[in-house]
Amino acid sequence: MGAIQNKLVEPVSDELALVRAAKQGDDSAFEELVRRYDRNVFRIAQHITQNREDAEDVVQEAFLKAYSNLTKFQEQSKFYTWLVRIAVNEALMKLRRRKPERTVSLDEDIKTEDDSLPREIADWSPNPEQQYTQAELREILSKTIQGLPPGFRTVFVLRDVEGLSTEETAAALELSVPAVKSRLLRARLQLRERLGRYFQKRESGDGTQ
Amino acid sequence: MKCSEFLHELTNYLDGVLDDKTKVELENHLSWCHNCYVVCDTTKKTIEIYRDSQLYELPEDLRSRLRSAIMTKCQQQKKRGPQSV
Repeated sequence: MGAIQNKLVEPVSDELALVRAAKQGDDSAFEELVRRYDRNVFRIAQHITQNREDAEDVVQEAFLKAYSNLTKFQEQSKFYTWLVRIAVNEALMKLRRRKPERTVSLDEDIKTEDDSLPREIADWSPNPEQQYTQAELREILSKTIQGLPPGFRTVFVLRDVEGLSTEETAAALELSVPAVKSRLLRARLQLRERLGRYFQKRESGDGTQ
Repeated sequence: MKCSEFLHELTNYLDGVLDDKTKVELENHLSWCHNCYVVCDTTKKTIEIYRDSQLYELPEDLRSRLRSAIMTKCQQQKKRGPQSV
């Protein structure tokens, strides 16, 4: 067993050139930035809001905000990290509007047994995802991640789904690196435990063979 | 290494950022502690399943509709002149 492999390294070499052209008023350069990151922003937004219409709104609002504030972008971070920060804030605002009864904050103090081992430790079947159709699997994954507090699933999606580094995630969420690591651990462990309900090895004789 | 120490290092281990000494200690722990081995293995699978799931992909037709809506709004914004949105 070893480290997980990051799946994507986005081309960033010409990103700055596009940003600078867009700052000079070149809308086709900005459109290229939209093309480059719209899928990522949509995924992040839907993970946070858990609502397709809200995610569509977030994509539009985040890019429009980025466009309007482009001259304020200092180029000290990647454009993508800056855009993610805008998108996360927009998504959290949507969530607050939809669920005003709940505090929705990345800073909420979520009490869990931080340093204890997970309670249920049952092994999974080999290739557990293959027990389900693609549609069933997406339903399971979506339902499972919905159960996580927004602050946890935001860190998880940025780090583990989108492949941002710990430092980039911290910058995008305005959190410290230790806070990102702690949330990431808890998010991963909670998802693991919840997915175990679907993926655990079955006892023999239950008809799965 | 104790189980609680393993858990503390799990994220760094899965992210491949552990120093060599701690990595050896952790892998030694995994070689005899079945529970921690299972936690490590299934946590790794959890991450891989989500990463490879193509959950919430943006369909191409919606994608182009959103893009043209964005660009139209940007151009309207430009005509109105600089202001905060």
